[in-house]
Amino acid sequence: MIELTVDGQAVQVEEGSTILDACRRVEIDTPTLCYGDTLTPVNVCRVCVVELEGARTLVPSCSRKAEDGMVVRTDSERVRTSRRLVLELLGSSVNLSTAPEALAYIEQYDAEPDRFGADSLTVAQAVKVDNDLYVRDYSKCILCYKCVEACGVDHQNTFAIAVAGRGFGAHISTELDVPLPESACVYCGNCIAVCPTGALMATSEFELREAGTWKEEEQEEVDTVCPYCGVGCNLTMHVQEGQIVKVTSPDDHDVTLGNLCIKGRFGYRYVQNK
Amino acid sequence: MFGAGGGTSSYEETRSADLILLWGSNAREAHPIFFHHVLKAMHGGAKLMVVDPRRTPSAQWADLWLGLDVGTDIPLANAVAREIIHAGLADLEFVGRATSGFEAFKESVEPWTLEEAARVTGVPADAIRELAHAYGNAQNAQLCWTLGITEHHNAVDNVFALINLALLTGKVGKWGSGLQPLRGQNNVQGGGDMGAIPNRLPGFQDLLDDAARAKFESAWGATIPPEYGLHLTGMFEAMEHGTLSAVYVVGENPAQGEADQARAERLLTGLDHLVVQDLFLTRTAQLADVVLPAAATLGESEGTVTSSERRVQRVRKAVDAPGEARDDIEIVYELARRMGHDLGSARAEDVWNELRSLSPMHAGMTYARLQDLGGIQWPCMDENDHGALFLHGRLWDEVVEEPAPFQVVEHDPPVDKLDDDFPLRLTTGRRLESYNTGVQTGGYSSPLHVGGEAILLAPEDGARYGVADGARVRIVSRRGAVETSARYDPTLRAGLAFMNLHFPDVVATNMLTIDATDPKSGTAEFKATAIRLEPVA
Repeated sequence: MIELTVDGQAVQVEEGSTILDACRRVEIDTPTLCYGDTLTPVNVCRVCVVELEGARTLVPSCSRKAEDGMVVRTDSERVRTSRRLVLELLGSSVNLSTAPEALAYIEQYDAEPDRFGADSLTVAQAVKVDNDLYVRDYSKCILCYKCVEACGVDHQNTFAIAVAGRGFGAHISTELDVPLPESACVYCGNCIAVCPTGALMATSEFELREAGTWKEEEQEEVDTVCPYCGVGCNLTMHVQEGQIVKVTSPDDHDVTLGNLCIKGRFGYRYVQNK
Repeated sequence: MFGAGGGTSSYEETRSADLILLWGSNAREAHPIFFHHVLKAMHGGAKLMVVDPRRTPSAQWADLWLGLDVGTDIPLANAVAREIIHAGLADLEFVGRATSGFEAFKESVEPWTLEEAARVTGVPADAIRELAHAYGNAQNAQLCWTLGITEHHNAVDNVFALINLALLTGKVGKWGSGLQPLRGQNNVQGGGDMGAIPNRLPGFQDLLDDAARAKFESAWGATIPPEYGLHLTGMFEAMEHGTLSAVYVVGENPAQGEADQARAERLLTGLDHLVVQDLFLTRTAQLADVVLPAAATLGESEGTVTSSERRVQRVRKAVDAPGEARDDIEIVYELARRMGHDLGSARAEDVWNELRSLSPMHAGMTYARLQDLGGIQWPCMDENDHGALFLHGRLWDEVVEEPAPFQVVEHDPPVDKLDDDFPLRLTTGRRLESYNTGVQTGGYSSPLHVGGEAILLAPEDGARYGVADGARVRIVSRRGAVETSARYDPTLRAGLAFMNLHFPDVVATNMLTIDATDPKSGTAEFKATAIRLEPVA
């Protein structure tokens, strides 16, 4: 076991744990956007940074391994200022209207995304609708890399997407920016499952939102097992007004780790072809 | 295997293996989330080897691909066994303690030298040797198979040939090593568990075991005939002979899903009475005298299913079935009632609890425990039992009461022979986005459906038989002919063509296939049809 101090509290965690694990152990609320329980940390969003005694810079708690004797501060002015600035930069350039976590952090850290003025740069662009299964709205993309990781070595290993471009021009792209049907995409939707902002969205959800009839608060979630092959993937059916409107898989299900294939995620529609 | 009707391992063990061998399995497309476990193992340093006539997406991930000729699995397996024995890689301590019949087996594989196997299978001798040494030397290996092994007229012998390899090297019954038949349908394992096979009562209890039968007779208040029933293919034979004249089909589309479709349709049409219970008016349902509209397993029903790792999990109802459609259990119970029998409560949990009282391997699986534990892998004998991650650990006991038998198996090539009139080997398989005869997957729109109706040809064969990439082609077998488009596929070796069964209303692939069947498993040889191509002007 490793013992460290977080905000003055002594915390014990297992070897290999991160500072974030230690924070969660003592229920210290730590914001994350690019971090995922089933993904390798890539340290890009910087909202989880903490102050580590003896370190020159703030460190990302999601990937920095806990060490014996570390003294960590998560609520210092320096940490709060840094998190606030990150949220303001994201909020000023990205449409966070379908990113409830990010919106909650903005409020929690008193961030003011509008303070850069009306003509600050944004990533606003048209929604990419190039197939019937899911849409990509990159005006909502915070470049957290989660979709790239899920499509890559962490889960799906299809490598249909990557980050292209530099600086403010960096964006998620298929090879040569071709539409999905011309790309390597296999429509598993495991990118949708990890997207924290709704930039990637099943068409069923997108269309209901467009029509103003997506009622998440009324939806019921029911777990079942995929009706197709014999692997036995758990499905969570999101049901609204007697219709399945979305299918996901629980992150903590050890068969899927939240992943599905095209049939599991999108192949449910036959049930509703009434 | 060895008396238990299920795979020996858990998916998570795949990540503890240093070799994963997919034999007649294209898991990347047919079992995509299982293949995630394989990929995690590979990223951790495990090797993947794939035996498949096609260079499938799974084979494209492999460290070694053995592209054998269709139906030569036994020569390949026997040659692997011989090489393991000759190279001194057999686990003779395990063989001596935990198995029987080794000497006869050893003698039977002796003719299968690497060179002879290379001649018969089309796989280079070096590759066979490499596979044998990798499997023999692996600390832990998972040997997984699918329909590439079982959709043959000698399916059971094919399976025995693979089990022999695990016995020879002690790769079964311990964490990380095992034999995994990856099931093609979400509850094909559960169907077997529940006794929906001709020779077993629920829990794999032998129908001819008087004590087992007496137990069920007393619970059900009815007499169970002490004789085995018929496999699906056996039923079609009985229809042919006129000894089966009424059929009740539940959730199956044999008019399009059976091999030799013209014969299947003729026999179903000739029945005195056909009842079909399904979600949709399938081709089979269109032939029926009575159609019973059923609720879907997905979202409209309560119950359980069993996965390939023997894990029983609950399915739950989220929405109401449309119109007059009813839950399968309700339909069966209502039929029984009209025949004068009251089967009791049709609640899924009550039916399950009756099963638990009669099938010892399910006894500890209450609905509450299935929920709390995220499913339980059988056997689960009581409510303190967490189930079994892997089976046959007893083979590693100091004294093994019932040794696992080697089975001598001989090469028996596909029934549909290649000749000058039918020179090409057609094999069939599944696409990532589709499923069986497309009854369910026809219901959603996917860019991956595009081109699914095509026959895939090796470019060499296209050139040889005058069929251009994208051209229309007539495909003729000894049973029938269909017309569709052709697409060149460089993953196919010359002489091998590929079709799927997913779009039967567009291209009825089963007009071509042969109903040559393994009498032991009842599975037809979908994997090996002899065809010729005729260009369409």
